[in-house]
Amino acid sequence: MTYEEKGTWVYLVACTAAYAVYLTIIIARLASTSAGDVSYVAVLLWTTAASILASVIGRTLVESARPSDSRRADVRDRDIYRLGEYASRWFVAAGAGAALIMAMARWDYFWIANVLYLGFVLWAVAGSVVRLVAYRRGV
Amino acid sequence: MPARPTRITNSIRALRFAHGEMTQAQLAELIGVTRQTIIAIEQSRYSPSLEVAFQIARVFQVPLDAVFQYPGGAAS
Repeated sequence: MTYEEKGTWVYLVACTAAYAVYLTIIIARLASTSAGDVSYVAVLLWTTAASILASVIGRTLVESARPSDSRRADVRDRDIYRLGEYASRWFVAAGAGAALIMAMARWDYFWIANVLYLGFVLWAVAGSVVRLVAYRRGV
Repeated sequence: MPARPTRITNSIRALRFAHGEMTQAQLAELIGVTRQTIIAIEQSRYSPSLEVAFQIARVFQVPLDAVFQYPGGAAS
């Protein structure tokens, strides 16, 4: 497994775990508070920062446990990265489009922020999954 | 066995053995890619760029079509 493939695994796990934590906290708060009054900003920022930190630490730990031959991305890594970006970019566009429509319809900021966050998470997860499949099955 | 996403076949494995049993790691080092990329090319799970293909042919000092083959008719 190349350095980049291991990094993709770590990124996928960190993003998914951070969003799961975020959803768990927010859903619990929604049970007792209306969406307009839910305090979500700090949770969103903290889970995003935690996922970035976890990616960096996780990559270092994985590399310590199973060192790669090289840490330099080669032409195949770059091709696979581009494939993942190409396949997953639609989630960001869909999230932005949905947020625009919701803003025009005067939805609460909570829902607009969350649809954008969901778009970014799906972009990260789908991109990572496509890359991992490409690493395993070929491109 | 994973599906082969490309119809391009190659003789890299045979050429490596014909050149002093060169390892995948040595070939990877010579052309500046990872060992996993050489494995993927050998197993037809990755079609290399034209530049990488020429680099591999140059390492073995053979023409490109002695390394890579495309089965079927010219337009198929």
